[in-house]
Amino acid sequence: MTIGLPQYLVVSGVLLALGLFTIVTRKNAVAILMGVELVLNAGLLNLVAFSRFSGNLDGQVFALFGIVLAAAEAVVALAIVLQVFRAQRSVDASKASDLKE
Amino acid sequence: MLSNLLAIGPELALTATVLLVLIADLLIGDRPARRASLATVAFAGLAAAAAAFALLPDGGPSAFDGMVSGDGLGRFFRGLFLVAAFFGVAFGALSDEIPARRFGEYTILLLSTTLGMCFLVSAQNLLMILLALELTSLPSYILAGFRRGDRRSSEAALKYVLYGAAASGLMLYGFSLLYGMAGTLDLAKVGPALNASAAGGSVAIRAGIAVAALLSLVGFGYKIAAVPFHQWAPDVYEGAPTPVTAFLSVGPKAAGVAALIRFVVVGFGASVATPPAGGLPWPMLLGILAMATMTLGNLAAIPQDNVKRLLAYSSIAHAGYLLMGVAVGTPEAIQAIALYMPIYLLMNLGAFLAVLAVRAKTGSETIAAYRGLGTRSPFLAVCLAIFLFSLTGVPPFAGFIGKFYLFAAVLKAGTPFFYIVALVGVLNSVVSLFYYARLVKALFLEASPTGAPVVAVPFATTFLLAVLAIPTLLMGIWWSPLASLAAKAAGIAE
Repeated sequence: MTIGLPQYLVVSGVLLALGLFTIVTRKNAVAILMGVELVLNAGLLNLVAFSRFSGNLDGQVFALFGIVLAAAEAVVALAIVLQVFRAQRSVDASKASDLKE
Repeated sequence: MLSNLLAIGPELALTATVLLVLIADLLIGDRPARRASLATVAFAGLAAAAAAFALLPDGGPSAFDGMVSGDGLGRFFRGLFLVAAFFGVAFGALSDEIPARRFGEYTILLLSTTLGMCFLVSAQNLLMILLALELTSLPSYILAGFRRGDRRSSEAALKYVLYGAAASGLMLYGFSLLYGMAGTLDLAKVGPALNASAAGGSVAIRAGIAVAALLSLVGFGYKIAAVPFHQWAPDVYEGAPTPVTAFLSVGPKAAGVAALIRFVVVGFGASVATPPAGGLPWPMLLGILAMATMTLGNLAAIPQDNVKRLLAYSSIAHAGYLLMGVAVGTPEAIQAIALYMPIYLLMNLGAFLAVLAVRAKTGSETIAAYRGLGTRSPFLAVCLAIFLFSLTGVPPFAGFIGKFYLFAAVLKAGTPFFYIVALVGVLNSVVSLFYYARLVKALFLEASPTGAPVVAVPFATTFLLAVLAIPTLLMGIWWSPLASLAAKAAGIAE
């Protein structure tokens, strides 16, 4: 069997599903962020695969920018998680509930 | 090359300002006039950006190989953001929630957000849209959590960043599918390519386009706090420092709306006047989102006791009114949105400035703190009442004109569905009168609690209140200059 575009799309679909599942079910903020990383990487994999099989390099450029973007987002998000941990001694997103109806 | 650089002149000036403020922040150190000097540097930078903005050609060509559009829509909103940034910096300088020691930091983050917003409204390429959206989001996450020791501020930042990161991840996935199916990242080509493949394509292709478009919509919906992506907004608006909330409720929201217009209306060519774009019934879809957004926003605002939270729900409701215009998608509707935005900016910033002033004196954000403010601080109370009535959209305030144009554009769409949308919109305006009036009643008809402090408003606050309130009154009776600017933004010939 040759590996073609559909195989890549299936892998990225699985990554997206796992990422979404993680985001929805996890309560730990760091775990939610790991789910976000899976979703981001699913998109990046798509971009590179589409680019590879269409011969148009835009997708790979997008993926490079996407990697940097994911890193920047992780930096900010982890800094905020750290700040929440200092304030509440916990990174459980469901326990951060001072603000609600 | 030079024309490319000229096309992003305001953005270059903003970047230089960010760097200058950073250096000035280090040089000034702990001098007493720290806030004033840093604000002066920022204002000078914003003035330079405004000068570069004035030099922008009207409806010029797109720059950087079509990455940055030079059309009227982008130009109009960029001008608006420079104004929003001015008020953002000024509010920060006036607020006790931003310590003088960290005011430079605040200014840098706020101007970076503005930079992202400016790029977002003129981005004409999927990569540019995503990068600009992130440049808008990342500094605003930090701004939301600006008060480091404060549990509520940290919690607001956490909720903001978790929702935001998930939304931008889904948006990236949507964009990757759009790229795969269209073979290009250029928004001007993505729409036509998808429309062509949807017209002749199989069910699978059409489903793929629908999934991609809906995932992309998540990112925009999150940025403008549209239902069902709004859950973060009340918590973030309540927990974030008041100047930050004021800025977030107008700046990134306006940028999100403009980017959505570019994505849906310019990119896909969707409007009630055209057949479903990319096989998706955009007007119907966005119309339903608009109705859900304004209804939820208004109903949830009714029982709120915290004024910041109340205004958060009110801003969700306003996102609903604006979405109504995006759903129609005709040039008249875009003109109406462009007209609504500056008015919304004035009245919403004004309301938050009043919240900021009350909080500075009483330390409270609940409606109870506003009781009898009409006798304790008449000027502040009258201004706040003007902003609230304008937000409701009653004549003769500017908010009425904004709503009038929006509803006129929706009714002009002329389909039964949009008659229903307009009806829901009008009913919602009536509901909104209830909670805005509750606050006005507390201001003027209820007695001050015993021992309530007289809210002496500093001169700078009084000045800014007047700067915001006078146009809110004036544009209610004389709006034609703004309307012609908005028409230019929508590309309608005079």
